[in-house]
Amino acid sequence: MALEMTYREALAKSIEEEMQKNSEVFIMGEDIGRYQGTFKVTRGFVEKFGSRSANYNYRILDTPITECGFTGIGIGAAMAGLRPIVEFMTMSFSILALDQIINHAAKVHYMTNGEVKCPIVFRGPGGAAKQLSAQHSHSMDGWYAHVPGLKVVCPATVADAYGMMKSAIADDNPVIFYENPGLYTVKGEIPDDINYSVPIGKGQILREGKDISLIGYSRMTQVHLAAAEMLAKDGIDCEVVDVRSLLPLDTETIYNSVRKTHRAVVTYEDWRSGGFGGEIVSRIQEDCFDDLDAPVIRVGGLNVPMPYARNLELLCIPSEEDVIAAVHKIR
Amino acid sequence: MLLRSNTGTKRGSTVAKQAEYKITESAAELEEHLRDMLFIRLFEEKCNRVYREGKAGGYMHVYIGMEALAVGWMKAIRKGEDYVITAYRDHAHALLLGTPPEAVLGEVMGRKCGTAGGKGGSMHIYDPKNGFYGGWGIVGGHIPLGAGLAFAARYRGEDKVCINFMGDGAANQGVVFETLNMASLYDLPCVFVIENNEFAMGTRLEYHAADKELWKRGLPFDIRSERLDGMDVIQMKRQATEIVEWCRKEQRPAWIEIMTYRYSGHGAADNDRQLYRTKEEEELAWTRDPIARLKKQMISLGYMTDEKYEAIEEELNNEVERIYEICDASPFPDPDEVYDNIYSDMTPEKGH
Ligand SMILES: Cc1ncc(C[n+]2csc(CCOP(=O)(O)OP(=O)(O)O)c2C)c(N)n1
Ligand SMILES: [Mg+2]
Repeated sequence: MALEMTYREALAKSIEEEMQKNSEVFIMGEDIGRYQGTFKVTRGFVEKFGSRSANYNYRILDTPITECGFTGIGIGAAMAGLRPIVEFMTMSFSILALDQIINHAAKVHYMTNGEVKCPIVFRGPGGAAKQLSAQHSHSMDGWYAHVPGLKVVCPATVADAYGMMKSAIADDNPVIFYENPGLYTVKGEIPDDINYSVPIGKGQILREGKDISLIGYSRMTQVHLAAAEMLAKDGIDCEVVDVRSLLPLDTETIYNSVRKTHRAVVTYEDWRSGGFGGEIVSRIQEDCFDDLDAPVIRVGGLNVPMPYARNLELLCIPSEEDVIAAVHKIR
Repeated sequence: MLLRSNTGTKRGSTVAKQAEYKITESAAELEEHLRDMLFIRLFEEKCNRVYREGKAGGYMHVYIGMEALAVGWMKAIRKGEDYVITAYRDHAHALLLGTPPEAVLGEVMGRKCGTAGGKGGSMHIYDPKNGFYGGWGIVGGHIPLGAGLAFAARYRGEDKVCINFMGDGAANQGVVFETLNMASLYDLPCVFVIENNEFAMGTRLEYHAADKELWKRGLPFDIRSERLDGMDVIQMKRQATEIVEWCRKEQRPAWIEIMTYRYSGHGAADNDRQLYRTKEEEELAWTRDPIARLKKQMISLGYMTDEKYEAIEEELNNEVERIYEICDASPFPDPDEVYDNIYSDMTPEKGH
């Protein structure tokens, strides 16, 4: 049997179930408790795991606005074996905690030669929401995927939000769990199984096709699905490759698709220059050069700070039309 | 309006109050203090020689002059149960917690027998089985981690505290203030210990702190705050014991500034001490040497003689040399190990 719900509800259900199963799992962040979370992923949690009147609840820990500090406290707790989930109000604010994430969480296992583990999840909305402009719209996925010691997942579907959150919480390493705000209201189905999980490090084919591979992750996978639908009307048969996990990266799923279609477009919301899509393109040309019938095309966000006006903002974020235009370039 | 000229005297003093006291500790206990401090000093002097010979590299920071501080605190805790975390000046803490000295020196020398198999170096010594969580190189960066360790103890209802060491320079980092706020807000059993050796690398205390009395910085967060003398091991241990047990019982943080001095340069690569202090100042500081002080106290009580002291020194020196020989014979890590333990469950892609 399957359950229908939104991406947001799937995340909440996944986290809540893991917190029920294991008392060492807890969640911390700004406004997540009494205020129920800025994007309401933790709605109802304070009533279930604590009390509104307590000064603080260790399992659903409201933090001051001190990203670097509370991230570090989460990491220290993880070093002692607890399994914290750190919510960033937006991934843009995780920039204040980069030192803790990169210099501390990602390094402790290596620096102790395996003696200390750091089982922690850093999650929150990343990328543009709606008219939040330049300081609230960063895509941090590629930044984190650059760092050895971190795992980075970017689920695009409701089932993956549910199943990958379970895997992230169970993982003994720091995991960046990236949620595009545009996905929270997407509807889909999850299996009715509290032990369901989706492994980290596996891509998937969401639509089979023979003419061209559309490769992306997070909300761009939804953009690809819509673009593939439109292109089908023009007789172009697209294969939609959902990368899901940036680090580790499942290159086999990507390569197998490219070897079949011989053409690829890679789309990502981050700034086009230097973004993670460039990494995917580079690997394809390195390892699948002889399979390609055309150059691999990148579709990225415009290389500008995110503007406020809705028309300008929409211009910046890759759309179905941008993907279709890229497909036509090499078809 | 309060005006401060940039050449005038800076706010605050550097003096820790010293109480008259009677020594009630046994001869055996005092001898143990002496041996521990002396071992650290000889070990660190050896590290300096090893570095000069090119058998250790990178950044290496020794604890010479500060021995009484770590000895006092490490004897005040429940070893192996309580959490200890510090920055890169970390050899002494590990040695006192029971990390085998050959694993410490081995790490300093980048060998397989080191605490991290040669991947960490002097700045990153860890021994979690003995409660030691490093060993961190970003000044101030480990302070929230220590609070997180204390948080875990509190979360689980364990009877553990965390001793969270930092330098005077580190006490300026923003994340330290963030952590103090949360440590107090969440009632964390965490003792923040500032090892105030009066220097942050080449910058004197009065040039980096608007008020030299760092101990006051815990007050706005409603945290027990004090300044103590770290050059007297007997007092250090007594006061540390009281504070650690208070923290354990009250389940509240404490912010304790300890006045000490480093006789060596900032790190082994610091050849410019004259740029931040004079020979006269160093000589004056040597009159506060914690080892000489304890030796004098013991002699006056009839617990020690010069001959006995020399015998102990020789014994410990031989021990240090023996450790060095073990480390020098230990191999460097295998090239393949470069990929190990980045993750607990997978190996990253290999190759350039
Ligand atoms: C964030 C950061 N900035 C600068 C440095 C370089 N650095 C290393 S130690 C140090 C001085 C720190 O002094 P203090 O905290 O007093 O500790 P001490 O060395 O005296 O024990 C500096 C500036 C660093 N390691 N990390
Ligand atoms: Mg200092």
